[in-house]
Amino acid sequence: MTGATIARTGPDHRAAFRAATVGDVLRSEWTKLRSVRSTFWALAATVVLGVGLGAVISAAAAHGYAKSSVSGKLSWDPTAVSLAGMGIATLAIAVLGVLCISSEYSSGMIRTSLIAVPKRGRVLAAKSLVFAVVTFVVGEATSFTAFFVGQALISGHAPHAALGDPGVARAVVGAGLALTALAVLSVATGALLRHPAAAIASLIAVLFVLPGIAQALPDSWRNPVTEFWPTLAGGDLTNVHHAAHTLQPWPGFGVMCLFVAIVYAIAWTLLDRRDA
Amino acid sequence: MIEARGLVKRYGATMAVNDLSFSIRPGLVTGFLGPNGAGKTTTMRMILGLDAPTQGSVTVDGRSYRDLPAPMREVGALLDAKAVHGGRRARDHLLCLARSNGIPRSRVAEVLRTVGLEDVARRRAKGFSLGMSQRLGIASALLGDPAVLIFDEPINGLDPDGIHWVRTLMRTLAAEGRTVLVSSHLMSEMALTADHLLVIGKGRLIADTSVDEFVRSSSQQSVHVRSPQAAGLAALCREAGATVDAGTDPDVIEITGMDSAEVGRLAAAHGITLSELIPVRASLEEAFMELTRDSVEYQAAGATR
Repeated sequence: MTGATIARTGPDHRAAFRAATVGDVLRSEWTKLRSVRSTFWALAATVVLGVGLGAVISAAAAHGYAKSSVSGKLSWDPTAVSLAGMGIATLAIAVLGVLCISSEYSSGMIRTSLIAVPKRGRVLAAKSLVFAVVTFVVGEATSFTAFFVGQALISGHAPHAALGDPGVARAVVGAGLALTALAVLSVATGALLRHPAAAIASLIAVLFVLPGIAQALPDSWRNPVTEFWPTLAGGDLTNVHHAAHTLQPWPGFGVMCLFVAIVYAIAWTLLDRRDA
Repeated sequence: MIEARGLVKRYGATMAVNDLSFSIRPGLVTGFLGPNGAGKTTTMRMILGLDAPTQGSVTVDGRSYRDLPAPMREVGALLDAKAVHGGRRARDHLLCLARSNGIPRSRVAEVLRTVGLEDVARRRAKGFSLGMSQRLGIASALLGDPAVLIFDEPINGLDPDGIHWVRTLMRTLAAEGRTVLVSSHLMSEMALTADHLLVIGKGRLIADTSVDEFVRSSSQQSVHVRSPQAAGLAALCREAGATVDAGTDPDVIEITGMDSAEVGRLAAAHGITLSELIPVRASLEEAFMELTRDSVEYQAAGATR
């Protein structure tokens, strides 16, 4: 055991050090994210699901193309087919986004974090930004890889798409952007609900369960609901062809971003006010 | 310097902290003492900006915690040793905290050495014993080399060697001129570590005093006497105004209200032979229990004495 000595001399302070900055908190959150194994596994799952599932679906759909109906051929969208895995990959990002803040609540680490950074908004902002950037990079890489792998598997069996075709590049970039918006939503939901299970369940409800239930509604109800449902509207950015009862790509993404901003604002306010 | 003025924290109908005012001065180890549930942790959480006071205010070197420009360089805190992400390596845990306040990376290795954890720096925190977690928590408190240190029950889970180490560390930190606040529910521990005491019970301040003063003022003294003429001495002492308790042994009496010198003189004046004359001082633990008896939140049936 080492003796009880402090390396530097005592406390004649405040002039002797600089104030902590937002940049410091960003570096801290980056260190947090990269130093737990769940980050690696969730990002690996995102890539594997996005690319792998997309490849499987592309191969299967391409082989079925010849035998499909006329209406099936008319609605054939090779870009959407190759990006089909991205929808499931969102789950990995949602779980990781929730965990990167709610695991701090379940372990108690949040108290340590807020003692280190008592300006609480900075913690949430830095966490969201770092995770959004990581998701953006991984999301775009996954989306582009899935697109190229998918098109390679489709070509020769069915009409395939190229990045230069109208709307295709926007759709491929959009898949990464939609994932990024979801990343921020996940962090905000985790901060808002604080319990990992509650936050993940809520996100699954918003992403998959409620849109599924909406499908059972009569058309007159279903169409406006699915048109403006934030996570579905966000997905409109990945549509090459405009479908009936969906928003245009960018307005759709705007609805998602607005929803994320509202949840984030509530999370921010409560984080600031609640006892930690 | 930590200063609290009229600090109140209410959770629904429960008054966790009730009108607490105190100043904790630099250069001393201040023991924050009280039974479980007295409000020690709540008070520390308010000092650290985790809980907002219902009323009143608390400042660190003149500023409220949330307004400190680089909190870890001014205040180091250990609240809950297990409040660590179990999947993170000890070194990375400290690095995350260092980064957040712009503390150089080299400090991480320094504090790991100080607390004796350099060999497990690369181990994930979930495998740590409570004692190792306490050391990691102390390391994080020391990271910013702060002038104010706050430790909530730091010796929980430590072995005797570790307890001795913490005690020495607290004394050293105070001797360097720092403000050191240590909570405990063990009076005996505080008697060895602290210079000054803040005693609270049921959220209220019961005593704000030096350790010596506390012991002197709150412990009852008595004198234990063995004498073949005990009965005669007992009568003389009662005449002199003291209270005398006789035990089962007819030769032994316990006298309160006179000190040993007075009893000795009285015995000599009347030619009484004494075979034992022992001043008995109530233990610190007893003094503490005496003081907080009315404010213990949970009491076992029949535990009142």
